[in-house]
Amino acid sequence: MGERRSRWSGALRGAGRAIRRNKLGLFGAVLVLTALVLGVCAPLLTAYAPTDIIRDADGHGLTFAPPWEHGPLGTDDAGRDVWTQLIYGARISLTVAALAGFIAISIGSLVGITAGYVGGRADAGLMRVTDVLLVIPDLPLMLVLIATLRQMDLRVSPLAVLIVVIGLLYWTSTARLIRSQVLTVKERQFVDRSRAIGAGRIHVVRRHILPQIMPLIVVNTVLVLSTAILVESGLAFLGLGDPTQPSWGTMLNFAFDRSAITNGAWWFYLPPGIAIVWVVLGFALLGNVLEERLNPRLTGHHLEGGKGMVAVPGRSEA
Amino acid sequence: MTEPPLLSVRHLTTEFTLADGQVARALEDVSFDVLPGQTVGLVGESGCGKTTTLLSVMRLLPGNGRISGGSVLFKGTDLLTLSEREMRSHRWTDIAVVFQGAMNALNPVMKIADQIREAILLHDLMDRKAADRRVDDLLELVGIPRARRNQYPHQYSGGMRQRAMIAMALACSPDLLFADEPTTALDVMIQAQVFELFKRIQAEFGLAIVLVTHDLGVVAEMCDVVVVMYGGMVAEVGPADSVYNEPQHPYTQRLLAAFPDPSQSADLPEGGQDLATIPGTPPRLNALPPGCRFEPRCERRIDRCTEASPALVDVAVPGSGARHLAACHLLGEPEAGDA
Amino acid sequence: MDRRSFLLRKAGLALLTILVVFGINFVLFRVLPGDPVRSVIGRGVRITPETQEALREQFGLGKPVFPDQLVDTAGQWLQGNLGISWSLRRPVTEVLASKLWNTVILVGLAQLVAIILGVLLGMLAGWKRKTPLDAGALGFSLVAWSIPTFWLGIILLVAGSTWFGLPTAGAVSPENTGKPLLSVLPDFARHLLLPALTLTIVFLGEYMLIMRSSIREVLADDYILTARAKGLSDWQVLRKHALRNALLPIVTVIAINIGFIVGGAIYVETVFSYDGLGKLFQTALVKQDYPLLQGAFMLLAVSVVIANFTADLLYVVLDPRVKDT
Repeated sequence: MGERRSRWSGALRGAGRAIRRNKLGLFGAVLVLTALVLGVCAPLLTAYAPTDIIRDADGHGLTFAPPWEHGPLGTDDAGRDVWTQLIYGARISLTVAALAGFIAISIGSLVGITAGYVGGRADAGLMRVTDVLLVIPDLPLMLVLIATLRQMDLRVSPLAVLIVVIGLLYWTSTARLIRSQVLTVKERQFVDRSRAIGAGRIHVVRRHILPQIMPLIVVNTVLVLSTAILVESGLAFLGLGDPTQPSWGTMLNFAFDRSAITNGAWWFYLPPGIAIVWVVLGFALLGNVLEERLNPRLTGHHLEGGKGMVAVPGRSEA
Repeated sequence: MTEPPLLSVRHLTTEFTLADGQVARALEDVSFDVLPGQTVGLVGESGCGKTTTLLSVMRLLPGNGRISGGSVLFKGTDLLTLSEREMRSHRWTDIAVVFQGAMNALNPVMKIADQIREAILLHDLMDRKAADRRVDDLLELVGIPRARRNQYPHQYSGGMRQRAMIAMALACSPDLLFADEPTTALDVMIQAQVFELFKRIQAEFGLAIVLVTHDLGVVAEMCDVVVVMYGGMVAEVGPADSVYNEPQHPYTQRLLAAFPDPSQSADLPEGGQDLATIPGTPPRLNALPPGCRFEPRCERRIDRCTEASPALVDVAVPGSGARHLAACHLLGEPEAGDA
Repeated sequence: MDRRSFLLRKAGLALLTILVVFGINFVLFRVLPGDPVRSVIGRGVRITPETQEALREQFGLGKPVFPDQLVDTAGQWLQGNLGISWSLRRPVTEVLASKLWNTVILVGLAQLVAIILGVLLGMLAGWKRKTPLDAGALGFSLVAWSIPTFWLGIILLVAGSTWFGLPTAGAVSPENTGKPLLSVLPDFARHLLLPALTLTIVFLGEYMLIMRSSIREVLADDYILTARAKGLSDWQVLRKHALRNALLPIVTVIAINIGFIVGGAIYVETVFSYDGLGKLFQTALVKQDYPLLQGAFMLLAVSVVIANFTADLLYVVLDPRVKDT
């Protein structure tokens, strides 16, 4: 068990090193971390709760108050503080994405390892499932699934529905990636030798295959997480989130449905979008840097020569 | 020296800027001549700079490469002084390259005939119809059935692709052909066919060939002159007979030590005679020693070898008329005026 | 495997997918607890007992699900009868057909512009490595990927209507509804601009990224060096050798994206209230008009399946290596 933990930390440490070396990656990490910190420390950063209504002198809700009247980000259509919603929204958006991502990666890893390692009919069958899933357009499918689930009186939070549906649909990239890596690793000799001395399948997977695929999972996680955030925000925008626990997408749903746009309340519809781009871009930069480390890109190509090629001293530029 | 050389490389120095900013000197002071109709072998381990020499002469270095010194005289014109546009007109029409056909050197989505024809049409040598006829002639010359002219590279065998590359290289009737490892990855039978082809076209068209290879056997068979390279520098250069029978550079001597009599090349083992392995590794081109580059692996080193890099010294048998040079401190001082 | 078995396998997959989609469609709405009538009208909608009876009759909901309803439904769908949209009181096929063109034009236009620009800019970016163009292209693509489509739509909506007076809703102005599009072209164009721009930006990011990395890989191949050695100029090498090879991955992506033409604009159509299939889908969802929802879903999925298969066909045609592997 201790050994397995050390594989994990090995991959993560390598990732950490790569990030620190690359400026863009560092920037990406900063973006993600600030969002995390803001979300975690939300209660410390605002006096209100997301559902609190700010009232003016006459006791009416202070609707659509601009930032210069009520800072730092004004109020929404009902008089709730936007800044508060924003940082508490971070909790929802990030948590939903993390959980959905966890489900997706778990399924994907399981499918990928099984298909790659067991091979044969299991592989063919699983790959067919993957192919079919990839072809079906994801947004319509999700909408249809969510609509059905909601009708089923399951007494679960709408967020749980979102998490499950997203997790169920976005594991394919992970599965394919891991499967091809497992296939490569399987060829290597030490796996055969290990089997020869009677090691069980699970043991082989744990000790030999997992360490090889761990770095790939790390890179893929970043991609899956950023996709999950985008998808969640989209679904929430369409009204499928939990209004009592608004994520950034839900905030945008409110803004859109409740005339923030026509009222020119940019402080309500800009910040949540910016927040989404902030976090997703952060993840994308992180993912870029990690991927560079795994597949270091070509240092050049054949059409880069030309002007600077001949630099013989004492001669004019050829 | 009765006729002027076709190609005269003098003091060619090439550098590469690595990803971390360091500069690697891939070629240092490389000099050699190629006479018309001559076959010159450029031999050495991988990384010794033979392919870089070829690319430098053709000015086809990748983006991080720079020619920082020397001259490349082709029929009297220094190619390094030309503009890129002028250089383009010399490519293929004067000097052509046969790359390893077994690899990806042919465009996979273009028909073979079209690729050959492209070279002809590019240099405005003839109209389309005539060009097509010439393509057919070339294919016939290299022994590729005309029915297969419109196929794609992946449909050819490795040997056929190599021959197609040769046909393409001849398209504009160049005076000089560079052949970069033309038979690596081909089996011995096919290798022999390819070299037969080289000999035939040389006899027929009188072109000069520079054979870049690590295969000593091939060089023994085909080359008039041998240039032995090590660590980006010329270690020894001279007529094949001289170099093979009286190698002067310790590196050459080690190489040939495990090599049987060149005249018995017909008995060569499978896969040709690769360079004998010498203990040690080639020098790192971004951290070159001040002295002789072969010194760490040399059994005959003296103190001088770590202090200064040896210059080429004339080691020809006096009165033979041939030019045989080697760069080793053990061979005495260079005469004034030597290249 | 050879060309034929490759295509056969892909055809089989396409068929399987369509079956799966049909299965999903069929099963999903019949697992809803309660009255089977709810498989036609969602729970939130109030209906009188008479309407309930009528619906029950019309959709044969009294019969057992297996095999009767399954066979009936399958039969109907194969004949092109997708049922009746109860909220619009028209056959589903008719409703879908009426909105189809709006979406196709919107997404098709955006795809076209994005492809042309994306291929061009991506090629230049991949060629001119380490220049501001390359960095700019990469930056743009990353940001375009990170922006939620619907939010980009909102931004453009605000900017477009405030600064340029562009319309904010509908595919055409209210007085032009129902008229053939060609006759109200200027009005249609004004309504089309912002949603199309939104989609173009999103697609552009993707195409630029793919083209850029594709060209970079191709330019490192050996035959590029051969082409240069032959005396071709950089631009000639790019045009005659690199482009053809670099376009191969893009063509497949394009074909697949074409499939999403029909269903890919749900967010944009919602934000701009653009009267296409996406908005229809969303509306059917909200109103719980399940026949319409199922019909739309079927249409979206099938078009993607067909596009995917076309992509496979195209690849076989364009890459000579696939034929005889």
